Amino acid sequence: MSTLQIDQVSKLFRASAGGGLTPALRGVSFDIGQGEVVTLIGESGSGKTTLGKIILRLTAASSGKVMFEGDDISVFSGKRLREYYRHVQGVFQDPFSSYNPIYRADRVFELIRGVYFPHTGQRAWDAKIESALLAVALNPGDVLGKYPHQLSGGQQQRLLIARALLLDVKLLVADEIISMLDASTRVDILNLLIGLKRSGLAILFVTHDLSLGHYVSDRTIILRRGAIVEMGDTIKVFSHPQHPYTRDLLAAVPELHKKWQPAAGGAAIPPDDVDVLTAAAPARAGHGQAPGPAGTDRPPQPMAMLEPPPLVEYEKDHFVAAAES
Amino acid sequence: MSLKVENLSVAYRMRAGDCCPVDGVTFTVADGEIMGLAGESGCGKSTLGNSLIFMEGRMKLLGGRVVLDRQELPIADFRAMQPLRMTKVSLVPQYAMNALSPTRRISKLTTDLLRSHGVREDSVLEEMKRRLRLIGLGPDVLSKYSFELSGGMRQRVTIILSTLLNPSLLIADEVTSALDVSTQRAVGEMLMEFRDRGFVKSVIAITHDLSILAQIADTITVMYAGRLAEKADAGTVVKAPLHPYTQMLLASLPEVGLRHDQTTLTGIPGRPPSLVSPPSGCRFAGRCPFARAQCAQAPPFEEVAPGHRVACWKVSRGWPEGGRV
Repeated sequence: MSTLQIDQVSKLFRASAGGGLTPALRGVSFDIGQGEVVTLIGESGSGKTTLGKIILRLTAASSGKVMFEGDDISVFSGKRLREYYRHVQGVFQDPFSSYNPIYRADRVFELIRGVYFPHTGQRAWDAKIESALLAVALNPGDVLGKYPHQLSGGQQQRLLIARALLLDVKLLVADEIISMLDASTRVDILNLLIGLKRSGLAILFVTHDLSLGHYVSDRTIILRRGAIVEMGDTIKVFSHPQHPYTRDLLAAVPELHKKWQPAAGGAAIPPDDVDVLTAAAPARAGHGQAPGPAGTDRPPQPMAMLEPPPLVEYEKDHFVAAAES
Repeated sequence: MSLKVENLSVAYRMRAGDCCPVDGVTFTVADGEIMGLAGESGCGKSTLGNSLIFMEGRMKLLGGRVVLDRQELPIADFRAMQPLRMTKVSLVPQYAMNALSPTRRISKLTTDLLRSHGVREDSVLEEMKRRLRLIGLGPDVLSKYSFELSGGMRQRVTIILSTLLNPSLLIADEVTSALDVSTQRAVGEMLMEFRDRGFVKSVIAITHDLSILAQIADTITVMYAGRLAEKADAGTVVKAPLHPYTQMLLASLPEVGLRHDQTTLTGIPGRPPSLVSPPSGCRFAGRCPFARAQCAQAPPFEEVAPGHRVACWKVSRGWPEGGRV
């Protein structure tokens, strides 16, 4: 049985008072197994963070179900919800904002102690913290007793992962956890995640960075405007991407040793907001995307677009959505 | 020689003493050159960029001079710089896309900006529309408020605004960060286009992202803890870097196509030194696997091959490969 199953999850936001509903997620389904890293890749506004929040019960889905070890998480409350958080934890983009700057950083450990470990003695608790810190390659002496501003971004992020490890965590939702870290420390956090995965942790790695996703994950899901456009085995998705959007994304990734391929008429993918021009210039047609109303980058008719494009199996463990018209 | 920076040192006045994020920096930027300035957070790259145009009150010029088109820039004199800003030197500061006033339409904002520089807007407005068209935005952008534009559109509008009076030098600070890959590409290509068309003579593109620089920059300068570590043409820095810091930084970057089960990347252990009391010798020595006794003296920023400057004893003295001695 999968650790987490996402079943036809949709989320609608009301864009403005009296305004229409904007779909942030449209019928998203996939699952994550034990010891598996699933990367969720999407540009801003694709709904990737919303999905992470739904899994962490920070917001509710408008329709669809999220099942944790076979149980629908939307009905959890009280003790059962606390139990859920013992197994499912999140780490987010800006580590500094996860700490209260006027307290020492290791207070994040004490905060979960009261709820989850009321009967653990001091000595056992200290040993537990020490082993969690060692698991994230932190030297306890370097970080315990320090204030958040005295720690580097990488140390702060590790400390938060260590906090998740104190619990009996089975699924970690890692939302852009390295985009604020320096290049020279980023990869260490990635390697840490890989180590945790090998010990059986399921990880949902949310990112906009395709190369990081490729490095770390077993399976990849490409989200666009709230719907899955392509998903499957990471190597398959990256080595023969089928959806035009995936190909465009890959073509725009800046690489060290390969220049962007020159594309006819400027940028290979006009960013969504240049749709205005696309409509007038037939040369750029055939992108499989509907031009939005002039001057906005919002999809044209939210409700009409709620139905996600159906996924077709291109090969084993590699699914592609039909192009949206 | 468009820009010549000689021995520039800039400090911040702090209670703990002077913090010196730009320490004896010397380089030149040729006409038509896009110089990428790369480094990790806190290395001084933004301070260097800002000091060329906008010395805030807490910044202090410790020494050195800056010559642009054979004219010395009075960088320490805040008021004397005013007539040169936007006409000779322009800056797109970090997060500039969030700096557009939400209560003024883009056209009003442009008018205000031009008038504060003594320029009548009607002489430039047609040109602004032409440039907007050039990058795929319609003239309707002018009648919009900034919050009606997407992040990528705002970023491109700020670049158009800051280059409207055809400055000789544009300092672009992290203009591609926090953008989606497709928008990143559009902004990067826009910088090259503006240089090609002579809207700006030369550009200093400040970023932490070496792979973007590999796409758009002619030369790359790597900065570490307040000093320049290496400068060479972009291809050389990416393919055959000489400074150990550049080498290790590049080795820590995952590229599309790389997976953890084939190659395990490693970060750079340790942290950069404090800039309040930096070590007297090579700033990277504490993290460098090649460091020897001589590294207790600061290495000069020397030309080791035509157009290739490096500040490292190992390179300039030709030490053989090997570990710490």
